[in-house]
Amino acid sequence: MKRIYVNEKWCLACHLCEYYCAYANSGQKDMVKALQGVRINPRIQIEEDGGVSFAVSCRHCDEPLCLKGCITGALSLDDGVIKVDEKKCVGCYTCILSCPYGAIMPSASGSAVQKCELCLENSAGEPACVKGCPNRAIVYEERV
Amino acid sequence: MRFIYPDYEISRNLSRCIVCRACERQCSNDAHGYDEDTEKMFAIDENCVNCHRCVSICPTRALKIVKTDNTFRENNNWKVDIIKDIYRQAESGGVLLSSMGNSKDYPIYFDKLLINASQVTNPSIDPLREPMETRVFLGKKPQAIERGPDGSLLDNAPPQLELDVPVMFSAMSYGSISYTAHECLARASQKLGIYYNTGEGGLHEDFYQYGANTIVQVASGRFGVHTNYLNAGAAVEIKMGQGAKPGIGGHLPGAKTVGDISRTRMIPIGSDAISPAPHHDIYSIEDLRQLVYSLKEATDYKKPVIVKIAAVHNVAAIASGIARSGADIVAIDGFRGGTGAAPSRILNNVGIPIELALASVDQRLRDEGIRNEVSVVVGGSVRSSSDIVKAIALGADAVYIATSALIAIGCHLCRSCHQGRCNWGIATQRPDLVRRLNPEIGFQRLVNLITAWKHEIKEMLGGMGINSIEALRGNRLMLRGIGLNENELRILGVKHAGE
Repeated sequence: MKRIYVNEKWCLACHLCEYYCAYANSGQKDMVKALQGVRINPRIQIEEDGGVSFAVSCRHCDEPLCLKGCITGALSLDDGVIKVDEKKCVGCYTCILSCPYGAIMPSASGSAVQKCELCLENSAGEPACVKGCPNRAIVYEERV
Repeated sequence: MRFIYPDYEISRNLSRCIVCRACERQCSNDAHGYDEDTEKMFAIDENCVNCHRCVSICPTRALKIVKTDNTFRENNNWKVDIIKDIYRQAESGGVLLSSMGNSKDYPIYFDKLLINASQVTNPSIDPLREPMETRVFLGKKPQAIERGPDGSLLDNAPPQLELDVPVMFSAMSYGSISYTAHECLARASQKLGIYYNTGEGGLHEDFYQYGANTIVQVASGRFGVHTNYLNAGAAVEIKMGQGAKPGIGGHLPGAKTVGDISRTRMIPIGSDAISPAPHHDIYSIEDLRQLVYSLKEATDYKKPVIVKIAAVHNVAAIASGIARSGADIVAIDGFRGGTGAAPSRILNNVGIPIELALASVDQRLRDEGIRNEVSVVVGGSVRSSSDIVKAIALGADAVYIATSALIAIGCHLCRSCHQGRCNWGIATQRPDLVRRLNPEIGFQRLVNLITAWKHEIKEMLGGMGINSIEALRGNRLMLRGIGLNENELRILGVKHAGE
């Protein structure tokens, strides 16, 4: 199963992954139209401190705590990818509390959660953060 | 009051800017800023060196750098650069520094040479259908064939460097360029079957594994030179001069002598690494011969020794002396060769064009019957595969490239290497900047460039009806000059177009 991996050695903390993520999930065809004047709410986020930085997004755990805690069945593990069904999500945020990586966050509406779904469901077709990373610090690959 | 108006202005298209602040985060010169109150980006033009990092990284193409149209009264004698240099020196009282090569408007002879092609009588060759040889061997060639008692051929060739393409990455020290840039060069050399050159900063212990594709340099400062270093490489190069700054040595500021660089150079942390202008033990060809043989002794006569000189007025006679000194290869660096830092006046006014130096050296060595004693490698702004073909037709065995290689991995020729804040992670030692150059990407770009050039060289050779690069060497009939005077044509040894 291909996953998104980060290599902090090459992360520049440019934060472009966040913007490419927000654009990919905006449904718009033009980045300017999608993001101008918008405070973005990306599903991948840069953590940085003292010269070290890396991008954090959903690890798609084999034994996901978020999924175990979900009270409505909105989260599902589908072919190795953890997906969220916004229609079922009631916004209880149990998953946000249980994710050890902090990779789930409230969606813009506040009434549901959002998380990285590897851009499988949006227009990008492949992880936009990986494609947009200028230094190959985020990769999408099969690892044993 | 500052007399100097910024050379470049940062033009931000506000209808495209999404205020992602990537430009601000990526600019080591602080030319971009973000205003919390207005939530808008702003620019500080005087900090911009025009390196295009922000332009390249901007996800919405909202940025471009434009030359300022702020102008002095037109004057053909007192040009803008001259006036600004005077202002700078009047402010600082210091020597002006710049980086990379001579950027002034001198003739570029490569652009005044045209390559031949076959028509009708000597058919051209299609490299996609027929074998085409780009391999070359660098080193002293035997005077005569020797045979054993049973008549079999004896291998009497002195040590050689074998190159799949007649291109090598020329000397750039660890210190002047980053660890990651060195890794790109080392890995690409291994993949391409060519060589890169350590420059005079020693060889980082991590890169000994690429020794078979490494040329180790011994320069006037002897930084990082020890027995293991000499034996780690495939060849040893004595640096007598550099095209960018003939007559002076290198100078790595103490601020760059940090961590591994200090250890690799074997000098204390924070100390300036100042290479003397001359080698203090070389004042004649006889002295040079002693160093050549000392290095051969240290490497058990198994590695060719290269002597690198800058192209200066008397280059042919100097090269002749080098050929007689026991050196296996002479490398000549033209006046457009790059540097990480040099006094601007020397950079822009000392030395001669590599094309003229090469032609006169090759001719002199041939006239004296000693061309086989050395291979000739030339550098100093070899910009494309056609420059390589022209250099080889003028008599070179191979070329050295450095600026082209750096451009391939991101250099945008802002000529600010000496400031140590390279936004592309090349000419810097700041850890946050060094890691901007991921060798996985850089190494592949170098491999791509040389592979592309190899294809183009084959196409041009084929067009001339030649199927081996060896058959082009010194074949000046394959060149014609255009717009050159009789002196230039005589020195280059080529006829004018139409002749």
